[in-house]
Amino acid sequence: MPHVDMLRSPLGRARGLGSARAGSKHWWAQRVTAIALVPLTLWFIWSLLLLTGAAQGDVAAWLGSPFRLALMLSLIAATFHHLQLGMQVVIEDYVHQDMLKLALVLAMKGLCVVLALICAISALTLGLNS
Amino acid sequence: MVAFNLPANSRIGQGQTFAAPADAKQAREFRIYRWNPDDGQNPRMDSYNIDLDACGPMVLDALIKIKNEVDPTLTFRRSCREGICGSCAMNIDGGNTLACLKPIDEVKGAVRITPLPHMPVVKDLVPDLSQVYAQLRSIEPWLQADSPAPPDGERLQSKEERAKLDGLWECILCFCCSTSCPSYWWNGDRFLGPAVLLQAYRWIADSRDERTGERLDALEDPFKLYRCHTIMNCTDSCPKGLNPAKAIAEIKKLIVERVV
Repeated sequence: MPHVDMLRSPLGRARGLGSARAGSKHWWAQRVTAIALVPLTLWFIWSLLLLTGAAQGDVAAWLGSPFRLALMLSLIAATFHHLQLGMQVVIEDYVHQDMLKLALVLAMKGLCVVLALICAISALTLGLNS
Repeated sequence: MVAFNLPANSRIGQGQTFAAPADAKQAREFRIYRWNPDDGQNPRMDSYNIDLDACGPMVLDALIKIKNEVDPTLTFRRSCREGICGSCAMNIDGGNTLACLKPIDEVKGAVRITPLPHMPVVKDLVPDLSQVYAQLRSIEPWLQADSPAPPDGERLQSKEERAKLDGLWECILCFCCSTSCPSYWWNGDRFLGPAVLLQAYRWIADSRDERTGERLDALEDPFKLYRCHTIMNCTDSCPKGLNPAKAIAEIKKLIVERVV
Protein backbone atom coordinates (compact mmCIF):
# COMPACT_ATOMS: atom_id res chain seq x y z
CA MET A 1 0.00 0.00 0.00
CA PRO A 2 1.66 3.28 -1.05
CA HIS A 3 1.89 6.05 1.53
CA VAL A 4 -0.77 8.78 1.19
CA ASP A 5 0.13 12.10 2.83
CA MET A 6 -3.23 13.85 2.39
CA LEU A 7 -6.67 12.42 3.03
CA ARG A 8 -8.35 15.76 3.71
CA SER A 9 -11.53 16.13 1.66
CA PRO A 10 -11.46 18.20 -1.55
CA LEU A 11 -13.98 20.62 -0.01
CA GLY A 12 -11.81 21.09 3.08
CA ARG A 13 -8.84 21.82 0.85
CA ALA A 14 -10.86 24.19 -1.37
CA ARG A 15 -12.07 26.18 1.65
CA GLY A 16 -8.53 26.13 3.04
CA LEU A 17 -7.87 28.87 5.59
CA GLY A 18 -10.89 30.86 4.38
CA SER A 19 -10.96 34.31 2.84
CA ALA A 20 -8.22 36.77 3.83
CA ARG A 21 -10.75 39.65 3.44
CA ALA A 22 -7.85 41.48 1.82
CA GLY A 23 -6.37 42.08 -1.59
CA SER A 24 -8.80 44.70 -2.88
CA LYS A 25 -6.67 47.62 -1.61
CA HIS A 26 -3.62 46.09 -3.31
CA TRP A 27 -5.54 45.65 -6.58
CA TRP A 28 -7.04 49.14 -6.46
CA ALA A 29 -3.69 50.80 -5.60
CA GLN A 30 -2.06 49.02 -8.54
CA ARG A 31 -4.70 50.46 -10.91
CA VAL A 32 -4.60 53.97 -9.45
CA THR A 33 -0.78 54.18 -9.58
CA ALA A 34 -0.84 52.84 -13.14
CA ILE A 35 -3.21 55.61 -14.23
CA ALA A 36 -1.22 58.27 -12.33
CA LEU A 37 1.99 57.09 -13.99
CA VAL A 38 0.67 57.77 -17.52
CA PRO A 39 0.77 61.61 -17.29
CA LEU A 40 3.71 61.63 -14.84
CA THR A 41 5.91 59.46 -17.11
CA LEU A 42 4.96 61.43 -20.25
CA TRP A 43 5.83 64.66 -18.42
CA PHE A 44 9.17 63.16 -17.28
CA ILE A 45 10.13 61.97 -20.79
CA TRP A 46 9.07 65.31 -22.30
CA SER A 47 11.17 67.16 -19.66
CA LEU A 48 14.20 64.95 -20.31
CA LEU A 49 13.98 65.72 -24.03
CA LEU A 50 13.83 69.45 -23.30
CA LEU A 51 16.81 69.19 -20.92
CA THR A 52 18.98 67.18 -23.31
CA GLY A 53 22.51 68.61 -23.21
CA ALA A 54 21.71 71.09 -20.39
CA ALA A 55 24.39 71.84 -17.76
CA GLN A 56 23.94 70.48 -14.22
CA GLY A 57 23.18 73.95 -12.90
CA ASP A 58 20.38 74.39 -15.42
CA VAL A 59 18.86 71.03 -14.47
CA ALA A 60 19.07 71.95 -10.78
CA ALA A 61 17.42 75.30 -11.47
CA TRP A 62 14.70 73.57 -13.51
CA LEU A 63 14.03 71.15 -10.64
CA GLY A 64 14.09 74.04 -8.13
CA SER A 65 10.52 74.99 -9.01
CA PRO A 66 8.22 73.62 -6.25
CA PHE A 67 5.71 72.45 -8.87
CA ARG A 68 8.33 70.41 -10.77
CA LEU A 69 9.91 69.04 -7.59
CA ALA A 70 6.45 67.94 -6.39
CA LEU A 71 5.77 66.22 -9.71
CA MET A 72 9.18 64.52 -9.56
CA LEU A 73 8.56 63.21 -6.01
CA SER A 74 5.08 62.03 -7.07
CA LEU A 75 6.63 60.22 -10.01
CA ILE A 76 9.16 58.52 -7.72
CA ALA A 77 6.50 57.52 -5.19
CA ALA A 78 4.06 56.21 -7.81
CA THR A 79 6.78 54.33 -9.72
CA PHE A 80 8.18 52.47 -6.75
CA HIS A 81 4.79 51.84 -5.15
CA HIS A 82 3.52 50.40 -8.44
CA LEU A 83 6.76 48.41 -8.87
CA GLN A 84 6.54 46.71 -5.48
CA LEU A 85 2.81 45.96 -5.90
CA GLY A 86 3.44 44.34 -9.28
CA MET A 87 6.55 42.44 -8.22
CA GLN A 88 4.68 41.03 -5.22
CA VAL A 89 2.04 39.62 -7.58
CA VAL A 90 4.72 38.08 -9.81
CA ILE A 91 6.48 36.45 -6.85
CA GLU A 92 3.20 35.13 -5.42
CA ASP A 93 2.29 33.72 -8.85
CA TYR A 94 5.46 31.76 -9.41
CA VAL A 95 7.10 30.98 -6.04
CA HIS A 96 5.28 28.31 -4.07
CA GLN A 97 7.59 27.62 -1.11
CA ASP A 98 6.19 29.75 1.72
CA MET A 99 9.46 30.78 3.40
CA LEU A 100 11.17 31.60 0.09
CA LYS A 101 8.11 33.53 -1.06
CA LEU A 102 8.00 35.57 2.16
CA ALA A 103 11.77 36.25 2.03
CA LEU A 104 11.63 37.36 -1.63
CA VAL A 105 8.61 39.63 -1.07
CA LEU A 106 10.22 41.28 1.98
CA ALA A 107 13.61 41.70 0.27
CA MET A 108 11.98 43.11 -2.87
CA LYS A 109 9.88 45.59 -0.86
CA GLY A 110 12.92 46.65 1.19
CA LEU A 111 14.90 47.22 -2.00
CA CYS A 112 12.06 49.31 -3.46
CA VAL A 113 11.93 51.49 -0.32
CA VAL A 114 15.71 52.08 -0.41
CA LEU A 115 15.73 52.84 -4.15
CA ALA A 116 12.75 55.18 -3.79
CA LEU A 117 14.49 57.01 -0.91
CA ILE A 118 17.72 57.35 -2.92
CA CYS A 119 15.76 58.84 -5.83
CA ALA A 120 13.75 61.18 -3.58
CA ILE A 121 16.81 62.39 -1.62
CA SER A 122 18.71 62.98 -4.87
CA ALA A 123 15.83 64.99 -6.33
CA LEU A 124 15.44 67.01 -3.12
CA THR A 125 19.19 67.67 -2.85
CA LEU A 126 19.36 68.81 -6.45
CA GLY A 127 16.17 70.86 -6.37
CA LEU A 128 16.53 72.53 -2.94
CA ASN A 129 20.20 73.48 -3.43
CA SER A 130 19.67 75.18 -6.73
CA MET B 1 8.40 26.95 -8.09
CA VAL B 2 7.10 26.72 -11.59
CA ALA B 3 8.45 23.60 -13.32
CA PHE B 4 9.60 23.97 -16.91
CA ASN B 5 9.79 20.23 -17.60
CA LEU B 6 7.30 17.46 -17.01
CA PRO B 7 8.28 14.93 -14.33
CA ALA B 8 10.06 11.88 -15.83
CA ASN B 9 7.00 9.65 -15.44
CA SER B 10 4.76 12.18 -17.24
CA ARG B 11 6.86 12.63 -20.41
CA ILE B 12 4.88 11.67 -23.46
CA GLY B 13 6.26 8.99 -25.81
CA GLN B 14 5.26 7.85 -29.28
CA GLY B 15 2.64 5.12 -29.22
CA GLN B 16 0.99 2.86 -31.76
CA THR B 17 -0.17 3.85 -35.24
CA PHE B 18 -3.44 2.53 -36.64
CA ALA B 19 -3.55 2.77 -40.47
CA ALA B 20 -6.59 3.99 -42.36
CA PRO B 21 -8.74 1.43 -44.22
CA ALA B 22 -7.27 0.65 -47.65
CA ASP B 23 -10.27 2.10 -49.49
CA ALA B 24 -10.29 5.38 -47.52
CA LYS B 25 -10.59 8.40 -49.86
CA GLN B 26 -10.32 11.08 -47.18
CA ALA B 27 -8.02 9.74 -44.45
CA ARG B 28 -7.29 11.97 -41.49
CA GLU B 29 -4.85 11.42 -38.62
CA PHE B 30 -5.97 11.79 -34.99
CA ARG B 31 -3.08 11.93 -32.51
CA ILE B 32 -4.56 11.09 -29.12
CA TYR B 33 -3.04 11.16 -25.63
CA ARG B 34 -3.13 7.75 -23.97
CA TRP B 35 -2.32 6.91 -20.37
CA ASN B 36 -3.36 3.90 -18.35
CA PRO B 37 -2.85 4.04 -14.56
CA ASP B 38 -2.68 0.25 -14.38
CA ASP B 39 0.17 -0.58 -16.78
CA GLY B 40 2.95 1.47 -15.17
CA GLN B 41 3.95 3.00 -18.53
CA ASN B 42 4.53 6.64 -19.43
CA PRO B 43 1.81 8.44 -21.40
CA ARG B 44 2.01 8.15 -25.19
CA MET B 45 0.42 9.65 -28.30
CA ASP B 46 -1.39 7.02 -30.36
CA SER B 47 -2.07 7.79 -34.01
CA TYR B 48 -5.41 6.78 -35.52
CA ASN B 49 -6.08 7.26 -39.24
CA ILE B 50 -9.79 7.56 -39.95
CA ASP B 51 -11.76 7.77 -43.18
CA LEU B 52 -13.70 11.04 -42.84
CA ASP B 53 -16.18 9.92 -45.52
CA ALA B 54 -17.41 7.29 -43.05
CA CYS B 55 -17.42 9.59 -40.01
CA GLY B 56 -19.63 12.37 -38.59
CA PRO B 57 -18.43 15.97 -38.81
CA MET B 58 -17.37 16.60 -35.20
CA VAL B 59 -14.25 15.52 -33.31
CA LEU B 60 -16.49 13.58 -30.90
CA ASP B 61 -17.88 11.60 -33.86
CA ALA B 62 -14.31 10.57 -34.71
CA LEU B 63 -13.57 9.60 -31.08
CA ILE B 64 -16.72 7.45 -30.91
CA LYS B 65 -15.84 5.88 -34.27
CA ILE B 66 -12.33 5.05 -33.03
CA LYS B 67 -13.70 3.51 -29.81
CA ASN B 68 -16.36 1.51 -31.66
CA GLU B 69 -14.37 0.36 -34.66
CA VAL B 70 -10.63 0.66 -34.03
CA ASP B 71 -9.60 0.63 -30.38
CA PRO B 72 -12.18 -0.05 -27.63
CA THR B 73 -9.60 0.77 -24.92
CA LEU B 74 -9.70 4.51 -25.77
CA THR B 75 -11.29 6.24 -22.76
CA PHE B 76 -13.12 9.58 -22.78
CA ARG B 77 -16.23 11.17 -21.29
CA ARG B 78 -19.22 12.05 -23.43
CA SER B 79 -22.94 12.21 -23.00
CA CYS B 80 -25.25 14.63 -24.79
CA ARG B 81 -23.19 15.20 -27.99
CA GLU B 82 -24.78 18.64 -28.41
CA GLY B 83 -22.82 21.00 -26.15
CA ILE B 84 -25.07 21.04 -23.11
CA CYS B 85 -23.58 18.48 -20.70
CA GLY B 86 -19.94 19.58 -20.76
CA SER B 87 -18.61 16.02 -20.48
CA CYS B 88 -16.41 15.93 -23.60
CA ALA B 89 -14.25 18.96 -22.69
CA MET B 90 -10.69 18.32 -23.86
CA ASN B 91 -7.77 20.03 -25.55
CA ILE B 92 -8.14 19.80 -29.33
CA ASP B 93 -5.57 21.33 -31.67
CA GLY B 94 -4.04 23.27 -28.76
CA GLY B 95 -7.27 24.81 -27.44
CA ASN B 96 -9.73 23.68 -24.80
CA THR B 97 -13.18 23.03 -26.20
CA LEU B 98 -16.00 20.50 -26.40
CA ALA B 99 -15.29 17.64 -28.81
CA CYS B 100 -18.98 17.56 -29.77
CA LEU B 101 -18.98 21.21 -30.90
CA LYS B 102 -15.59 21.18 -32.66
CA PRO B 103 -15.85 20.43 -36.40
CA ILE B 104 -12.99 18.24 -37.66
CA ASP B 105 -12.54 20.45 -40.73
CA GLU B 106 -11.69 23.45 -38.51
CA VAL B 107 -8.41 21.69 -37.68
CA LYS B 108 -5.57 21.78 -40.21
CA GLY B 109 -3.44 18.62 -40.50
CA ALA B 110 -3.42 15.94 -37.80
CA VAL B 111 -6.00 16.44 -35.05
CA ARG B 112 -4.07 16.47 -31.76
CA ILE B 113 -6.19 15.63 -28.72
CA THR B 114 -5.03 15.75 -25.08
CA PRO B 115 -6.94 15.93 -21.77
CA LEU B 116 -7.80 19.31 -20.20
CA PRO B 117 -4.41 20.80 -19.27
CA HIS B 118 -2.85 20.73 -15.81
CA MET B 119 -5.40 18.44 -14.17
CA PRO B 120 -4.60 15.00 -12.77
CA VAL B 121 -5.44 12.38 -15.41
CA VAL B 122 -7.67 9.45 -14.46
CA LYS B 123 -7.17 7.66 -17.77
CA ASP B 124 -6.55 8.77 -21.40
CA LEU B 125 -8.74 11.85 -21.97
CA VAL B 126 -10.50 11.74 -18.59
CA PRO B 127 -9.28 14.40 -16.11
CA ASP B 128 -9.88 14.29 -12.35
CA LEU B 129 -12.20 17.23 -11.63
CA SER B 130 -12.57 16.72 -7.83
CA GLN B 131 -10.75 19.99 -7.06
CA VAL B 132 -12.90 22.22 -9.31
CA TYR B 133 -16.09 20.56 -8.10
CA ALA B 134 -15.04 21.18 -4.48
CA GLN B 135 -14.17 24.79 -5.32
CA LEU B 136 -17.60 25.18 -6.93
CA ARG B 137 -19.24 23.87 -3.77
CA SER B 138 -17.13 26.23 -1.64
CA ILE B 139 -18.81 29.30 -3.20
CA GLU B 140 -22.25 27.89 -2.25
CA PRO B 141 -23.88 28.06 -5.70
CA TRP B 142 -27.47 28.13 -4.56
CA LEU B 143 -30.04 30.81 -3.69
CA GLN B 144 -29.66 32.12 -0.13
CA ALA B 145 -32.27 34.50 1.25
CA ASP B 146 -33.63 35.31 4.72
CA SER B 147 -36.95 36.60 3.37
CA PRO B 148 -39.30 33.65 2.98
CA ALA B 149 -40.54 32.90 -0.51
CA PRO B 150 -44.10 34.13 -1.18
CA PRO B 151 -46.49 31.42 0.06
CA ASP B 152 -48.49 31.49 -3.15
CA GLY B 153 -45.75 31.41 -5.78
CA GLU B 154 -42.17 31.94 -6.83
CA ARG B 155 -39.71 34.69 -5.89
CA LEU B 156 -40.26 37.33 -8.57
CA GLN B 157 -37.71 39.17 -10.65
CA SER B 158 -38.23 42.11 -12.99
CA LYS B 159 -37.25 41.64 -16.60
CA GLU B 160 -34.27 43.96 -15.99
CA GLU B 161 -33.14 41.90 -12.97
CA ARG B 162 -33.48 38.65 -14.90
CA ALA B 163 -31.47 40.10 -17.80
CA LYS B 164 -28.46 40.44 -15.47
CA LEU B 165 -28.18 36.64 -15.38
CA ASP B 166 -27.84 36.36 -19.15
CA GLY B 167 -24.34 35.25 -20.07
CA LEU B 168 -24.01 33.60 -16.63
CA TRP B 169 -26.72 30.92 -16.40
CA GLU B 170 -25.63 29.35 -19.70
CA CYS B 171 -22.38 27.99 -18.16
CA ILE B 172 -22.35 24.18 -18.37
CA LEU B 173 -19.33 23.68 -16.06
CA CYS B 174 -17.13 22.00 -18.65
CA PHE B 175 -14.09 23.79 -17.10
CA CYS B 176 -12.50 24.56 -20.49
CA CYS B 177 -11.89 28.07 -19.10
CA SER B 178 -10.36 27.20 -15.73
CA THR B 179 -7.99 24.66 -17.28
CA SER B 180 -6.86 27.19 -19.94
CA CYS B 181 -5.93 29.79 -17.30
CA PRO B 182 -2.18 30.04 -16.47
CA SER B 183 -3.03 31.51 -13.06
CA TYR B 184 -5.15 28.44 -12.39
CA TRP B 185 -2.31 26.17 -13.57
CA TRP B 186 0.21 27.78 -11.19
CA ASN B 187 -2.08 28.38 -8.20
CA GLY B 188 -5.13 26.17 -8.76
CA ASP B 189 -5.06 24.94 -5.18
CA ARG B 190 -5.92 28.48 -3.96
CA PHE B 191 -7.21 30.46 -6.98
CA LEU B 192 -10.86 29.58 -7.65
CA GLY B 193 -10.47 29.89 -11.42
CA PRO B 194 -12.75 31.50 -14.03
CA ALA B 195 -15.53 28.86 -14.09
CA VAL B 196 -16.10 28.98 -10.33
CA LEU B 197 -15.79 32.79 -10.19
CA LEU B 198 -18.36 33.12 -13.00
CA GLN B 199 -20.69 30.91 -10.93
CA ALA B 200 -19.96 33.04 -7.85
CA TYR B 201 -20.93 36.16 -9.84
CA ARG B 202 -24.05 34.40 -11.12
CA TRP B 203 -25.33 34.38 -7.51
CA ILE B 204 -23.97 37.84 -6.67
CA ALA B 205 -25.87 39.22 -9.69
CA ASP B 206 -29.11 37.42 -8.78
CA SER B 207 -31.67 39.93 -7.44
CA ARG B 208 -33.36 37.19 -5.37
CA ASP B 209 -30.20 36.36 -3.41
CA GLU B 210 -29.73 38.21 -0.11
CA ARG B 211 -26.17 37.15 0.75
CA THR B 212 -24.34 39.43 -1.69
CA GLY B 213 -22.13 40.95 1.01
CA GLU B 214 -21.14 37.60 2.50
CA ARG B 215 -20.41 36.27 -0.98
CA LEU B 216 -18.12 39.25 -1.72
CA ASP B 217 -16.43 38.80 1.69
CA ALA B 218 -15.72 35.18 0.90
CA LEU B 219 -14.12 36.08 -2.44
CA GLU B 220 -12.01 39.05 -1.28
CA ASP B 221 -8.72 37.21 -1.06
CA PRO B 222 -5.35 37.67 -2.81
CA PHE B 223 -5.47 34.08 -4.06
CA LYS B 224 -9.14 33.08 -4.37
CA LEU B 225 -9.96 36.10 -6.60
CA TYR B 226 -7.00 38.37 -7.29
CA ARG B 227 -4.81 35.77 -9.04
CA CYS B 228 -6.88 36.73 -12.10
CA HIS B 229 -4.63 38.97 -14.21
CA THR B 230 -7.11 39.32 -17.12
CA ILE B 231 -5.13 36.98 -19.35
CA MET B 232 -8.48 36.27 -21.09
CA ASN B 233 -7.74 32.65 -22.08
CA CYS B 234 -11.01 31.82 -20.28
CA THR B 235 -13.14 33.99 -22.56
CA ASP B 236 -11.16 32.85 -25.58
CA SER B 237 -11.72 29.14 -24.86
CA CYS B 238 -15.36 29.13 -23.67
CA PRO B 239 -17.25 26.83 -26.08
CA LYS B 240 -20.52 28.53 -25.08
CA GLY B 241 -19.23 32.01 -25.96
CA LEU B 242 -19.45 33.29 -22.37
CA ASN B 243 -17.14 35.87 -20.79
CA PRO B 244 -15.79 34.70 -17.40
CA ALA B 245 -13.15 37.49 -17.47
CA LYS B 246 -15.94 40.08 -17.45
CA ALA B 247 -17.72 38.33 -14.56
CA ILE B 248 -14.47 38.40 -12.55
CA ALA B 249 -14.00 42.10 -13.37
CA GLU B 250 -17.56 42.77 -12.14
CA ILE B 251 -16.76 41.05 -8.82
CA LYS B 252 -13.62 43.21 -8.43
CA LYS B 253 -15.65 46.34 -9.24
CA LEU B 254 -18.31 45.51 -6.64
CA ILE B 255 -15.67 44.94 -3.95
CA VAL B 256 -14.16 48.37 -4.69
CA GLU B 257 -17.66 49.88 -4.80
CA ARG B 258 -18.09 48.94 -1.13
CA VAL B 259 -15.20 51.27 -0.26
CA VAL B 260 -15.29 54.22 -2.65
